[in-house]
Amino acid sequence: MNYAKEELLACVIARLIGDARHVAIGAASPIPATGAFLLKQGNPSLRISLLQKRSGNPFTTGSRELFDLAGQGRIDVFFLGGAQIDGEANINLVEAEGKRFPGSFGSAFMYFSAGKTILFREEHSPRVLVEKVDFVSAPGWSPPGVERRGGPAALLTGKALFRWRAEKRRFLLESVHPGSGAEDLREVTGFDYDAPAQVPETAAPTEAELGLLRGSVAGVIAENYPEFARRVWVASRSNHSGAAS
Amino acid sequence: MSALPSNATAFLQDADAVAAAIPDGSSIGLPPDYSLVAMAVVRALVRRKAKHLKLLGVPVLGLCADILIGAGCVREVETSAVTLGEAGLAPRFTAAAEKGALKIIDATCPMVHSGLQATEKGVPFMPLRGVLGSDLVKHHPDWKTIENPYAKGDPIILAKAIVPDVALFHARWADEAGNVWVGRRQELATLAHASKACYVTYEELKPGDMLEDEILAPGCISSVYVTAVAPAPRGAWPLGVLGVYGIDDAHVMQYAKLAKTAEGFRQYLDEFVLKRVAA
Repeated sequence: MNYAKEELLACVIARLIGDARHVAIGAASPIPATGAFLLKQGNPSLRISLLQKRSGNPFTTGSRELFDLAGQGRIDVFFLGGAQIDGEANINLVEAEGKRFPGSFGSAFMYFSAGKTILFREEHSPRVLVEKVDFVSAPGWSPPGVERRGGPAALLTGKALFRWRAEKRRFLLESVHPGSGAEDLREVTGFDYDAPAQVPETAAPTEAELGLLRGSVAGVIAENYPEFARRVWVASRSNHSGAAS
Repeated sequence: MSALPSNATAFLQDADAVAAAIPDGSSIGLPPDYSLVAMAVVRALVRRKAKHLKLLGVPVLGLCADILIGAGCVREVETSAVTLGEAGLAPRFTAAAEKGALKIIDATCPMVHSGLQATEKGVPFMPLRGVLGSDLVKHHPDWKTIENPYAKGDPIILAKAIVPDVALFHARWADEAGNVWVGRRQELATLAHASKACYVTYEELKPGDMLEDEILAPGCISSVYVTAVAPAPRGAWPLGVLGVYGIDDAHVMQYAKLAKTAEGFRQYLDEFVLKRVAA
């Protein structure tokens, strides 16, 4: 079966969102948006708030409404990335090794306030996945006594899926995507993590999922992420590779 | 807040007149790229060689900040991010930051909103959940953590009231009474309420008083808060005005490419800023 890596990642994201009622998706996040809209095909009542929606934006009191919603507990799932992500799920969006990044956006608030956060970063390298971040934009966990509704649930990269285990403050490798071996994974991961003796392969998209992705989902995504939709569903239609290489 | 101006809105001739009214050294609250940025005034500030500005991102900054930073108009930024969105990193901001040529106060979006809302209400601070344990707290000069006075053992962070010297943005309409219409971008109303002065460029002038219209009034900022307005048709270009014109993505891409080098940035200024090109 042929599929694009973006399609595989979107299917994983749909599973991670699970039975949420309200998902919010930040700017420049076409893969999380694709996963959410895939899930919505089977669960029409799922509410998806796309921050960057240029027309028909979901907010009527401006950008602060997202944070007010999250503060009230009305956002079940949010997505964050990082220039660096470390083994304790801290994220850095500010600076590392003399390089300046855009900044923390709302992460220092959303990581606490959304019901759960899915960490997503396609690049899986020791540069990104580090033992300790150079700057904590938002902490992966908080000491007892600090009010915190939510936190990390999982870390999805272009090579693997990790579950966050809050009680151990460590990631547990859950599966490796087809084409990237678990042996190699330690070499390209800068932090230590737990792993089962036998690491399963991430489930490939089903025919049904691919049908939805390439049909109704592609249409919705093209409205808000035209470049991404063209790249995944038009330009590369003829050469989808089976493995995410 | 004793120095608040009288509430008669001035009608200025154009964006250059607005830029002339904003003194060097002002702190200026600005919206993000998706929302009514007064780009015509930004270009006019570069032409008049504005200096030592402090930019406040409400809550993030984009193209306008990158141009002002590249042109040497800015001493300091306080923001939750500076980004060109799909066009990637803001190149002049990134270069200035990596050279240590710019003072940066890193914030996080709801702390900026809360600081402005505190000023809006005339109180000294506003509490907010989350944020504790972020390195932002260590570096920000105005954030403090206290114990929730209504509970035991419950630390909570405070955003100090933020009072920008100037609020600067673009509106779809102004009217003859000096009200401006920003529609759903209500955080701009909060910015206007919190700032000592508020300058607004507009697409079109509406006759009469929009506050008399029940449909338009909720999207308006009353002239009480508006120091001056000035016409600037397509004044947000190359950014957009919702429902009127969209972001000129190709132009922003072109900027991102050129501004990667100081030379390319100069070339961009020559072509699109110093010459006063029509949008």
